[in-house]
Amino acid sequence: MDLRFTSAAASERERAAVDRAAGSQAPARDLLLPALQEIQRRIGWISPGALNYACRRLDVPPADGFGVASFYGLLSTAETGSIAVHVCDDLACRSESLIAGLERSGVPVRRSPCLGLCDRAPAALVTIAGEEPREIAVAPADASSVMRAVRGLPAAEPAAPIPQFGSAGLRLLRRAGQVDPESLDAYRASGGLLALRRARQIGPREVIREVRDARLAGRGGAAFPAADKWAAVAANPAPRYLVINADESEPGTFKDRVLMESDPFAVVEAAAIAAFATGCARIYFYIRGEYPLATERIRNAVDRMRHRGFLDGLDIEIRRGAGAYICGEETALFQSIEGYRGEPRSKPPFPAEAGLFRRPTLVNNVETLVNVPGILIEGGPAYARRGTERSTGTKLYCVSGDVERPGVYEFEFGITLRNLLRYSGCAIADLRGVLVGGAAGTFVTPDELDVPLTFEGLRAIGSALGSAVVMAFSRSRDMRGVLARIAHFFREESCGQCVPCRVGTVRQVEALKRGDTGLVKEVGRVMRDASICGLGQTASSAIESALARWPELMKEMR
Amino acid sequence: MTEGPDPRTPVPRGPLPETPPRRAPRKVELTIDGRPVSAPEGATILQAARELGIETPTLCYLENLTPVNVCRVCVVELEGSRTLVPACSRKVEPGMTVHTDSERVRHSRKLVLELLASGVDVSTAPDFARFAERYGAQPERFAAGATVAQPVKIDNELYVRDYGKCILCYKCVSACGSDAQNTFAIAIAGRGFDAVISTEYDTPLTDSACVFCGNCIGVCPTGALMFRGEFEMRAAGQWDETRQQVTDTICPYCGVGCTLTVHAQDDRIVKVTSPAEHPITRGHLCIKGRFGWQYVNER
Repeated sequence: MDLRFTSAAASERERAAVDRAAGSQAPARDLLLPALQEIQRRIGWISPGALNYACRRLDVPPADGFGVASFYGLLSTAETGSIAVHVCDDLACRSESLIAGLERSGVPVRRSPCLGLCDRAPAALVTIAGEEPREIAVAPADASSVMRAVRGLPAAEPAAPIPQFGSAGLRLLRRAGQVDPESLDAYRASGGLLALRRARQIGPREVIREVRDARLAGRGGAAFPAADKWAAVAANPAPRYLVINADESEPGTFKDRVLMESDPFAVVEAAAIAAFATGCARIYFYIRGEYPLATERIRNAVDRMRHRGFLDGLDIEIRRGAGAYICGEETALFQSIEGYRGEPRSKPPFPAEAGLFRRPTLVNNVETLVNVPGILIEGGPAYARRGTERSTGTKLYCVSGDVERPGVYEFEFGITLRNLLRYSGCAIADLRGVLVGGAAGTFVTPDELDVPLTFEGLRAIGSALGSAVVMAFSRSRDMRGVLARIAHFFREESCGQCVPCRVGTVRQVEALKRGDTGLVKEVGRVMRDASICGLGQTASSAIESALARWPELMKEMR
Repeated sequence: MTEGPDPRTPVPRGPLPETPPRRAPRKVELTIDGRPVSAPEGATILQAARELGIETPTLCYLENLTPVNVCRVCVVELEGSRTLVPACSRKVEPGMTVHTDSERVRHSRKLVLELLASGVDVSTAPDFARFAERYGAQPERFAAGATVAQPVKIDNELYVRDYGKCILCYKCVSACGSDAQNTFAIAIAGRGFDAVISTEYDTPLTDSACVFCGNCIGVCPTGALMFRGEFEMRAAGQWDETRQQVTDTICPYCGVGCTLTVHAQDDRIVKVTSPAEHPITRGHLCIKGRFGWQYVNER
């Protein structure tokens, strides 16, 4: 392209950062985000000179590059210090006193949406830019653990990553805390890679048939039958791509992080099986930018498996998110990988037909895929006998909020909300409500606790399982504040592309503040009906469900 | 001797051979507002609705740009679809049943207009008042909310950017980019309600890649982008379209022969546009055609 640049020039360190990400390859737009991330990691912000250099290298118009850099929450286009302290101030963390304390001691705090560490709330992510960049997730965070991280000291990892640690009957979580997540030998000794071998023995068609017999439904939120998606992609012309959606950002959700951190080889094995079954020659992992340990473990697993020849014939790229909830939406995720702002596309066409780089693409959530090795080992029909008729298998639930033992729990579909809460040590007598499905989910009242946590069970009470968030709120919680935080979340995370969501999420914050239920509903309706993507379509869901269940909340607000 | 015609042989004279007739595209049958309509394959619901004389409001749509379907004011109800769909970009399919004036559609259109008008100055958006009246929009219901009000950007002699009037329709970005000019001087920056049209780091246009073709002004639906002269005349209370004469002529500069539409007030040229349906310009011009007429006023 015939591009024109301002005179701002990059420093040597900035050029080196870009070159590290862009390599010696020919200009490729899809390396823009990795290049910007590398500048951020090494310099701490993206200067006009650095942007010019990255855009020149990758043949991207600088205005366009700036549009990308300014879209993502973890990239800074204004000069800042090399240390950034992102403190989660979302629903489960309730970190106001922590933030106040840190600010008093002069730490430059950046308020962050949910960091996906609700099981160890409150949470913070410390990033230190430099020649040896550091990213340290701190949870539980207090003033001293954050200050340790600011000095570059690693945070302590929890001894047991899950509350059910060691229980029999765990399937997806059976290796969590039991098997070394960094050792391929340990993984194989615990039954790893048998499923991949079986897949190669029986062939792609049979793999899809097993998944169909298992009646596996997608765990990302939409509960779409996995086998239908796989078959649709397999039937479309090559080249095809597999994208693993590990951009888990729904507030209160952390199950995919736990899977990637504690059983990364299983995630990679499952991805290899899915790629084999659908004839995808290239796999992209898109891992949430706030998940440094998960990224490191997946990278390690890929490297070790590749080194030993288990991934022959597969191209695998690991991409990181850069702080944008919207990129969990599949088409926004494609835009992000391709080097653009994470603005969702119109559907149709659907990803199976025209997805990443407009090629047929299979997109699956981490948890969905991790079910697959088990299905191949025991067979689809045996898998389908677990759970209920319409929700088969086991499910990971992300329990947080006012419970004694927050964390990821695995149960067969069908456990009631009451039993799950009891199991995690929730004082049910003191419960005001439960947020199911996350900020895009719905509130459930104490008299609805006998609902089975299945796709169909929740649908029957006008709720939805979503990303399986179960966040408990006791009577002492300020529910008005909770609703205001949810509304604020969508205002901050709207990509800004379509009017109903861009302006509607702002008007929702304002109408809530004024206590105007009528306007909240009208704005909710236009967002649900006319937004381009699921973010806008569900941005009023939790809020409207709360107002329907507790109409007195609005009176309190006025 | 290589194959093919000898370059020394002149092209045979005579009438030009006729282009073979294009095969008519297949027709798709659908129903809009209870009336059957047949539209060519690949057409949009918007085009099919126009065939029936149904007027659909649009803000981010323009015939000479790729639809981006972001304003959502053209949404229609499609039976079987969970959400409303944008008429401007959704292609017709056989058997579709579409409602363009249902209560659901009217509600969304009304709210979209209210959401926009409550945060953006739409006083110079020509179609806006008509749409607002048609759908009973009352933006004052959202008064005292956040707006995009901001100072006007004046950094060159030719045009101003008043982003307090910007509805983020993406049209200027498309026209500056691959839909017309291929200059890429501007893009959307920031996110959500804080998103804006911007050069890199808000660099002044004079230091940016802008070539001052003014095609962004030509496609802007709200007057956020405006000739500097028009902006100053409006500010002085002198702008009066009832006193303006509009004349089509041909650009005097190069051999392309672009059609110019000259707008003159009191015998002085005040701005130049080009018809969107013109086969050569498709509404787009270059700096000379768009701005190179001051000498006429200085005769």
